Amino acid sequence: MKTRPIRSGGLDRQLIVSTIALIAFGLAILYSAGQTDVVSAAYGVWKRQLVWLGIGSVAAIVAFRISPRILEWLAPGAYGFALFLLVLVLATGTGAGTAAGSKSWLSVAGVHLGQPAELAKLAVILMLARYLSGLRDPPGTLRELIVPSLIAGVPFFLVLQQPDLGSALVFIGILFAMLFWSGVRLSLLFLFVSPVVSLLLAFQTNAWGLWMIFLLVFLLVLRPYVFEGIVVFVVNAVMGAILIPVWQRLAPYQQNRLLIFLNPETDPTGAGYHSIQSKVAIGSGGWLGQGYLQGPQKRLAFLPEQHTDFIFPIVGEELGFVGVFVALMLFLALLLVLLRIARRAIDPFASLVAFGVLGLLFTHVFENVGMTVNLMPITGIPLPFFSYGGSFFLTSIIGIGLALRVAWDSRFAGYVDV
Amino acid sequence: MKGFHSYRLRSRAAMAQWGLVAVFIVLAGTFFRLQVIQYQRFQLRAEDNRVRSVPLMAPRGPILDRDGRIIAENVPGFAVKFLARSEDSLRAVLARVQDIIHLDSLHLERVVQRYRRARHLPALLTADGSFEMISQLEEHRALLPGMVIESEPKRHYPHGAALAHVVGYVGEVNEDDLATGRFPGARLGTMVGRGGLEEEYDAVLRGLPGVRFIEVSAIGRLVREAGVAPTLLPTGGQPLRTTIDIDLQVFIDSLWRVRHPGRRGALVALGPDGEVRASYSAPTYDPNLFIGGISESEWRLMVSDPSKPLFNRAIQARYPPASPFKLAVAAMGLKRGIVTPGSYMPQPCRGGLRLGNRFFRCWKREGHGRLDLTGAIRESCDVYFYQLGARLGLNAILEDGLAMGFRERSGVDLQSEARSIYPYSTAYFDQVYGPRGWTAQGAEFNMAIGQGDNAQTLMNMVKFYQALAGDGWLDAPYLVQRRSDARHDLGLTPSQLEALRKAMVEVVETGTAVRSRRSDLAIAGKTGTAQNSHGADHGWFIGFAPADDPQIIVGAIMEFAEHGSRVAPFVADVISRYVLGPDAVEQRRFLMPADSAPRAVQIDPQASVDPNPSPPADSTYPVIPFVAPFPLP
Repeated sequence: MKTRPIRSGGLDRQLIVSTIALIAFGLAILYSAGQTDVVSAAYGVWKRQLVWLGIGSVAAIVAFRISPRILEWLAPGAYGFALFLLVLVLATGTGAGTAAGSKSWLSVAGVHLGQPAELAKLAVILMLARYLSGLRDPPGTLRELIVPSLIAGVPFFLVLQQPDLGSALVFIGILFAMLFWSGVRLSLLFLFVSPVVSLLLAFQTNAWGLWMIFLLVFLLVLRPYVFEGIVVFVVNAVMGAILIPVWQRLAPYQQNRLLIFLNPETDPTGAGYHSIQSKVAIGSGGWLGQGYLQGPQKRLAFLPEQHTDFIFPIVGEELGFVGVFVALMLFLALLLVLLRIARRAIDPFASLVAFGVLGLLFTHVFENVGMTVNLMPITGIPLPFFSYGGSFFLTSIIGIGLALRVAWDSRFAGYVDV
Repeated sequence: MKGFHSYRLRSRAAMAQWGLVAVFIVLAGTFFRLQVIQYQRFQLRAEDNRVRSVPLMAPRGPILDRDGRIIAENVPGFAVKFLARSEDSLRAVLARVQDIIHLDSLHLERVVQRYRRARHLPALLTADGSFEMISQLEEHRALLPGMVIESEPKRHYPHGAALAHVVGYVGEVNEDDLATGRFPGARLGTMVGRGGLEEEYDAVLRGLPGVRFIEVSAIGRLVREAGVAPTLLPTGGQPLRTTIDIDLQVFIDSLWRVRHPGRRGALVALGPDGEVRASYSAPTYDPNLFIGGISESEWRLMVSDPSKPLFNRAIQARYPPASPFKLAVAAMGLKRGIVTPGSYMPQPCRGGLRLGNRFFRCWKREGHGRLDLTGAIRESCDVYFYQLGARLGLNAILEDGLAMGFRERSGVDLQSEARSIYPYSTAYFDQVYGPRGWTAQGAEFNMAIGQGDNAQTLMNMVKFYQALAGDGWLDAPYLVQRRSDARHDLGLTPSQLEALRKAMVEVVETGTAVRSRRSDLAIAGKTGTAQNSHGADHGWFIGFAPADDPQIIVGAIMEFAEHGSRVAPFVADVISRYVLGPDAVEQRRFLMPADSAPRAVQIDPQASVDPNPSPPADSTYPVIPFVAPFPLP
């Protein structure tokens, strides 16, 4: 049998096309973000993003050329290195850009090198994939979830200390996506997250009471290990009780963001400003938008952080619902392609890596797009391929490179769709 | 790993696939709701965000005198305003303004207050910026986001203080006015008239404001002006032609300052038809101070001044009418047929009259002897009028006084005229003094010489004399047009009127005002001395000339002047100036008090004539065109 050269189609065309389409779309919007009537930090950033595109393409090709076996072998080292950087950044980090108040940037002699949190996302994906694929059976008890939780939890807490709630939550997203993909039962995942639900519901005593009754019934029906069941129930009860102290420990800006998420109009010029201006820009777009480069809200800089976290409202304002729909469909297409790649992967590690990348991108897209329409609280994380920013762009495109390799490896596997 | 058996993967993949699709449907649905269903709402909201309307002030109509000369006009002024997104950002900008031009903190606080009342409107920093101030601000425009400099017509009163009380001034409408609807159509920021003609004829003068739309950025910086939405141009107010004679008014002002510096009082001059030729109140103030907002300290000073410069003594102050009221009593006697011009009273004047255990004095202790009515008027004999009052009876005095309008306002078309005080009937005395606290005879005596429970505004008294000088009908005085055409008859025959006028001529020829006699003009008039429990007596003189065909009726009151004979020469000069022209009054250099003018001022007949010829009154008055003072970015 003759092996076909790479050039002739071993690459996953759908993945490449949807990625390139998104990058092109993103660059066009990033260019528009700089076209304003007032002085704006967004002016000309698209050129710098082009540089990152060049660097990213090389990185993606390198990632594509690395065998998953080597990645599996590298995973602990990469993970350890990422943790080291996260600790280092806590000690020496500086703020910049939209995260000016936090210590998220690693810099040497005043030069911003990058945000280690972004690298850590990839490292966590690799590490989780290595650990989960090494198990004989998918985790079936809460106890067996402890190790994967720690793998994601340590960087989660380190990033939370920067403080960067948005980026930290991405680790949770990756963790759940990969646990799900490794075959953990949904009921177990449900028990796993139940304390968080309890915490949120504790704002309302009645709802919380109902929740505890429901949990009890659920435990009786599901019948996990007795000890675990008791632990879940007790932890739920404790969570409900410690809500107030936890709330008080949150930084005021975090409290504010949560409150403003519930009702942005309480402070239209202050903390609710982002949410309202974002909705106004999107809403005024209508079906077809104000025209590319023409959005008045953007031109007059009413949109906050319009080249990074709030870039998506520009799509809404200038290209209307049609443009938004196209962008969303492109993202959906990319995610479905990644799902297909994960499903057809030839080994569990590769499959989990592909699905981890899916989880990473999905968390970003859902959170970022959701916050522009007040569906999600404002946490300030970038939109893949749209937002300006080198570190995250590299992370995304390396992820795509990894998925491309997984697809490449499975091209002759003779996958039969049953 | 078992979890990756194909059949288990398939179900998870399906789950993940449908989960993803569901999430994206929710996202797309949310966008659909915002962009398609709620499009209108957000579209409006977006417009609100970036478009600000800036009201354009309409130029107020000019106020002209009888010959079309300018009393109030508009000159180009520069208003500085700030658009701000929040109070904090406004304060931040104002702090930077502080560094460029000095402003007191009270002023800044008022700017912020104004902003709080209407956040969508530009907050006014000053409506009257000097050229230096504007150029300094313009130079630092980059530091002052949201600054809007507008060329706005600014009120100017070329004769300033001379006409202050008649014309009034303009100021920004306040919340009380808006709540009471006193100025229909006025909105926050509208300039409305305050006092005098500016307030009375505000609806005529104000015009319709326009509106200009500008586009602002997120921090409130003006981005562009043109093409946002068409500008609605303001419509200027109508010109207001008045009966005022500026020459006369300015003459009165300068004469008063020279002859009676610091003296409080008022003077009113009416034409034969009741048209107000001049109305002056001293002390006066400069209405130009109010333009562009008077500073807090200046305002305090003006309000706390014991001489109350803002008080219009011609229509707001009430004085005992004293001897000038004797003409009213004489008219009552003549009308009722109780006396004729040649009648004598039973008791000759021996310096007073005994009534029971009280002695009512005549002003002349040595007495006037026997006098007929004409002589009693000439000499202003109190004893004669005590007896005439007793003959008339209190009821007749009250009844006729009411008919002659002594319990009413003169009806002149000016704001906040005080109503004269006069008893409505004998029940009044019962109410005030108790049924046993007064006697009819005492009241008759007091009322007969214009004292007691009788206090008249100068305008109302001059109105009465205008009826005496004319055909015996009372007409409401007016500056622009009469408030009502209702006339009241004094009930005197032409010969009776003639007799009263003759008596008043004698007052000046040989009587109490003989010092004001002129050989070239027959002036008729009546002096008066109003008893004042607070200090020296007030002096009255009301007169008219020429006696046989009156062209002008002038009345004046001077507080603490002690006697009417001190007022008479002043009024006589005003009358002569009007009837005979500028040369009639001795031309001399009046040295003005140092604090009111830096140099000697010539009373020049042409002084008040505007150097720029005013347009004919019936032609359309030119509206000041709006030209931006600077090219705006």
